[in-house]
Amino acid sequence: MTATAPRRTGAVTPGRGTTETPPRRAAIAARTLRTDRWWLQPLVTVVVLVLFIAYSTVRAFQNAHYFSEPYISPFYSPCITTDCEGDTFPELFTGPSWISPAIYILVIPLGFRLTCYYYRKAYYRSFWQSPPACAVAEPHRRYTGETRLPLLGQNLHRYFFYAGLVFNVILTYDAVLAFRDETGAWGHMGLGTLVLLANAALLWLYSVSCHSCRHIVGGRLNSFSRHPLRYRFWTVVSRLNAHHMKFAWVSLFGVAFADFYVLLLATDTISDLRFF
Amino acid sequence: MSYDATFRVWRGDAAGGDLQTFTVEVNEGEVVLDVIHRLQATQVGDLAVRWNCKAGKCGSCSAEINGRPRLMCMTRMSTFGEDETVTVTPMRTFPVVRDLVTDVSYNYEKAAQIPAFTPRPREADGSHRMQQVDVERSQEFRKCIECFLCQDTCHVIRDHEENKAVFAGPRFLIRLAELDMHPLDVVDRKHEAQDEFGLGYCNITKCCSEVCPEGIHLTDNGIIPLKERVVDRRYDPLTWLGSKIRRRRPD
Ligand code: SF4
Ligand code: SF4
Ligand code: FES
Ligand code: FES
Repeated sequence: MTATAPRRTGAVTPGRGTTETPPRRAAIAARTLRTDRWWLQPLVTVVVLVLFIAYSTVRAFQNAHYFSEPYISPFYSPCITTDCEGDTFPELFTGPSWISPAIYILVIPLGFRLTCYYYRKAYYRSFWQSPPACAVAEPHRRYTGETRLPLLGQNLHRYFFYAGLVFNVILTYDAVLAFRDETGAWGHMGLGTLVLLANAALLWLYSVSCHSCRHIVGGRLNSFSRHPLRYRFWTVVSRLNAHHMKFAWVSLFGVAFADFYVLLLATDTISDLRFF
Repeated sequence: MSYDATFRVWRGDAAGGDLQTFTVEVNEGEVVLDVIHRLQATQVGDLAVRWNCKAGKCGSCSAEINGRPRLMCMTRMSTFGEDETVTVTPMRTFPVVRDLVTDVSYNYEKAAQIPAFTPRPREADGSHRMQQVDVERSQEFRKCIECFLCQDTCHVIRDHEENKAVFAGPRFLIRLAELDMHPLDVVDRKHEAQDEFGLGYCNITKCCSEVCPEGIHLTDNGIIPLKERVVDRRYDPLTWLGSKIRRRRPD
């Protein structure tokens, strides 16, 4: 049990947390004595994320092949300028034509994933090596974590979560629009419709299982018994939250795949499989 | 069935030491602590090792086995190949006393700094009432056996001795979370969690959760919810405004 003795005041110095000079740790030179392949996981994370970043950057700047009636790539939705191919969303303004419409909107999903508690773990470990794996020394001399800018900004995650929800609604709307055929008549369904639907569903799972969501629906309460409905929400979100890492990856692949599918259609590489 | 295993054990004290190699008998069903005891009984009578329950409940026998922070009494020898060298070292994050024994007083210093549980006044009939669903979250953290393996693993202090002054470590961040979520407690520790106990130093890389022998979800159920609660207080203008306008009950 933790002692609850009266609190001392003032900062403590390194070592045991008292004012003595720091006593010595065991002299072990090796960076780690782990014998397993601890470097594999960070390596895989780097490779997969770099591939995704490379692909999405190319696609975001390409400014072409992102629309194939009735499907729009999730990288370009909501498409808000008058330059847009197709009209899945109200055109809000006319931007310079050399700026891809994806650029205006990608900051939201990007910010959402960058500040996500799971992705933070993934990239702190793999890209920043802080730490590369448990009980493996990190290469940095100093460490301040998320105590100062810019990393203090990670605390804005919940705002990206709210904005992400708006995007989910729009991408779900895109999937619904995909039930129209090329002429705009309802009652069509192709493989692309399924791809967009699956993408939207995965994004919802990813968002709803978010740690901020868990906090907002009920986690911030101290008395669940006085809020039975919110307790129910919290229970459901907590259950999903346990799989947040899985949803983070699967939905990332989902977005890339949905975009790739539209690319294939838009370039006439394949034609959509029609169910009806 | 028994076999001879190769053990490398760190021996020494604050002045210095090294890994020494031994060949020692292992019997079926044994754990690392059994083998360390046999080593002590048959070859190195003065090997220092701290232990108590041999049941994973006292939290005394924490060490690092093949580089991984673990309880020696809960690490089965069957997890290693018979020809695999097993390396046992003291916890790296704390000053060594001798051999496998470290001085973990840093943890007690931090524990003593946390504002104690302060319940609201008793009800008219003299009792404290709360529902099971309300304390359930806090109770997960009560499973802690204070082995301090999470403290040992946390890179914030493992790799940066100087951070010990400003960071309480995962075990005490979940203690803060436990109290903050408690339905009876009335003290607000959110600002202190951030300013004095170094919550912001944690970068949620989850090594504490990975090593906890009690399976406590320190990061997901304790540290991240606490971070979110701190955001409510300090970094989210909307909740701050909401609490001013609606003057809502702090629940
Ligand atoms: S999750 Fe935070 S507290 Fe836990 S080991 Fe990692 S940095 Fe330390
Ligand atoms: S939280 Fe787990 S790892 Fe940390 S001291 Fe408690 S039982 Fe040990
Ligand atoms: S989206 Fe991952 S924690 Fe919020
Ligand atoms: S001896 Fe008690 S936990 Fe290992």
